[in-house]
Amino acid sequence: MALLTMRGIVKEFPGARALDGVDLTVREGEVHGLLGQNGAGKSTLIRVLSGMHRPDAGEIRWHDAPVALPNPTAALRHGIATIYQELDLVPGLSVAENIFLGHEPRSLGFNRRRAAERRAAELLARLGHPDIAPGGELGRLPAAGQQIVSMARALSYDARLIVMDEPSAVLANEEVANLFRIIRELTADDVAVVYITHRLAEIREIADRVTVLKDGRAAASGLPAATPTDVLVRHMTGARPEPRQPDRRPDTAPPEGAVLSVRDLSLSGEFADVSFDVRPGEILGLAGLVGAGRSEILETVYGARRATSGQVSVDGKVVRSGSVRAAVKAGLGLAPEERKSQGLLMLASTGVNIGLASLGAHSRIGWMDRRGETADAAEQADALGVRPPDPWRNVATLSGGNQQKVLLARWLLRECRVLLLDEPTRGVDVGARAELYALIRDLAARGVGIVLVSSEVPEVLTLADRVLVIREGRVVHEAPAAELDEHTVLALVMDGRTR
Amino acid sequence: MTSTEERAAVRSVRPRGRRVPAELRNAGLVGVLVVLAVIGGVTRPAEFLNLNNVIVILMQASVIGVVAVGMTFVIIGGGIDLSVGAIVALSTVWATTVATQSFGIGGIVFTALVVGLACGVINGAFIAYGKVVAFIMTIAMLASARGLAIQISGGNTQTIRPENQALVDLGYRDHFLFGVVPPLVLIFAVVIAAGWIALNRTTFGRRTFAVGGNPEAARLAGLNVRAHTLALYALSGLCCGVASIMLIILTGSGTSANGNLYELDAIAAVIIGGTLLSGGRGTLVGSVLGVLVFTTINDIFTLNNLSTATQQLAKGVIIVIAVLVQKLLASRSPTT
Repeated sequence: MALLTMRGIVKEFPGARALDGVDLTVREGEVHGLLGQNGAGKSTLIRVLSGMHRPDAGEIRWHDAPVALPNPTAALRHGIATIYQELDLVPGLSVAENIFLGHEPRSLGFNRRRAAERRAAELLARLGHPDIAPGGELGRLPAAGQQIVSMARALSYDARLIVMDEPSAVLANEEVANLFRIIRELTADDVAVVYITHRLAEIREIADRVTVLKDGRAAASGLPAATPTDVLVRHMTGARPEPRQPDRRPDTAPPEGAVLSVRDLSLSGEFADVSFDVRPGEILGLAGLVGAGRSEILETVYGARRATSGQVSVDGKVVRSGSVRAAVKAGLGLAPEERKSQGLLMLASTGVNIGLASLGAHSRIGWMDRRGETADAAEQADALGVRPPDPWRNVATLSGGNQQKVLLARWLLRECRVLLLDEPTRGVDVGARAELYALIRDLAARGVGIVLVSSEVPEVLTLADRVLVIREGRVVHEAPAAELDEHTVLALVMDGRTR
Repeated sequence: MTSTEERAAVRSVRPRGRRVPAELRNAGLVGVLVVLAVIGGVTRPAEFLNLNNVIVILMQASVIGVVAVGMTFVIIGGGIDLSVGAIVALSTVWATTVATQSFGIGGIVFTALVVGLACGVINGAFIAYGKVVAFIMTIAMLASARGLAIQISGGNTQTIRPENQALVDLGYRDHFLFGVVPPLVLIFAVVIAAGWIALNRTTFGRRTFAVGGNPEAARLAGLNVRAHTLALYALSGLCCGVASIMLIILTGSGTSANGNLYELDAIAAVIIGGTLLSGGRGTLVGSVLGVLVFTTINDIFTLNNLSTATQQLAKGVIIVIAVLVQKLLASRSPTT
């Protein structure tokens, strides 16, 4: 019997149709895998299901009756609980307080702490974790323990359906086995689980059926979990094989000799033995899932993290490890993943932001050449098509794409030799994205070596000359982009094997 | 890369996007000063509106003003320095011991500056390299510096000895420049000018805004965030040293009770001067105006024989009103 039926769910955001008529049916006691690339609509679908977003159109049926989920509390009352990737727990409160946050057992207005702790202990025991003390502080538990608490909280609402958003992302291998054991026990009690992951192996092991989302629609609904990788990936990338991007730049052989050489770089717990070369004018793409270690590799190359072992050299000269300043001096530049929190001075003007890495070039014994700085910043802003190209304008008023251009302009002004780009088009609209692609190619044409990290496989394939596929902190494949297609890369990223 | 013509071309388009200088936002504070002057003039016409009173206000503003200049740098740089009052106390005491005074006026001035600077460096080193929260570190310095001041002085007021009287004489009328400009005010003016230039015309100032506005972005752009943080607290300490010399001139003595609650007065002046407590934005002129507003209020209250209790109350009210007005203005023009 269908526990949950979603029909034709539409959710629009300004400028984007995140869900374009999604269908999803979940049966009682099943584990339903949800697959899809970034931006396919998984997060939006969960938010609709958990009552955080109201759909613009479509019908949700729960136990074969129409139901409205106007807010998270309503969803919980009906028995739909969501465990988010970023666990939404309060570290300073006790385990029991977290489990019953918002629905504390109470009488006469007083919280009944004992009762809460007793019931918390029961729930934790049911999840196979009587070792977690209900009175203990949540923040002291490891990530896996916190996830158990999150599940206990879901159960405390008598959940009939638990949505898990990439639950294995924060867990080590043996903890994943425990998670699966818990999921099996839940389903034995007829609780249904919607399991979101990028790892196909997990789908195979735990899921009964799979739904694949693509571009806000269900590309395939209720496939058996044993469906071959090949078929699943084809659903994720679209039925037809993607035509080779017509605007791919011609494969000109870049000059010999690497501008950036990375040798056996390791950071314990994050990634190991990463080696690669980037030649001037070459774009090297790092493909991989979030959490595979791509950003960590970039940050370590850049000196923002200190490598456990290994070596980074620019133009043959070894760069001191763990020092951003040494890396910048050697000619590296980074446009970080989080533009606003890691890249820009949001209170300052466009010009100041562009000039930030070139203060030395625009000053004499500490005295700023403000005219020169502004003129140079304006020239870069103009050349990169920052709109408006006004150096006095507050950078916070620019759109995401233009803010990204400001970051590129910062490193161009410094005439950096190698540019590290971490998710350069995240949160950027389609038009600006095409512009950024053109810019990045243009930079490479000028002889800058580029290392590009992106979760979007087509982006990597469109831009890069060569691609490294990263999976769980290791380079699992290296090939010229021309020899790869989205399908192959996606399979490698998720499975770690070529077909 | 850029030719002169191109630069000229850029300059010619300047008015299009030219932003309002931050200093203009201080017009509100100037307005407050005018209102205060009117109130003073109406309630105490004879005592308030005369040259002597203006000189008194300016001299009082000078000491706390120099401290506020250092504080402005620290706060724009994303920090806070609660130890300024205690550093002033320690500096005045150390600079007026019998031993120090035996080296003459030069010894007094040198000691005051070095003690202030050293306290600032200690603050900055622990905050920048030891990762101690600024609030905690400077509270610890507040307690220890004043404790040390009491220990050194034995709780006594150490007066300037006759052979060094020339220093104290600088506070008297006959040593005023042109008969009207007290040397204290001149020192204040020099500190303001130097501070303004450092903040607005040098890479030091630019780094201060960057480190306060977004330390992570500053670090990833290759700036030495820790060294700069240390420098900011050292600068604040040095300003305290200068202020303690001024206080010695003004009072002719050094005591561990000096600089009481300077941290509150300086921070309040900086905040009503429009500097963001979270860092990254602020003006020096605003802080100076903030100091003048508070000093003028004190003066008016004193002239009208109102108790210090009422003064404190009024200060509190003014801080809240000033911050509310700024919020209001900020929400109207978000992109200044």
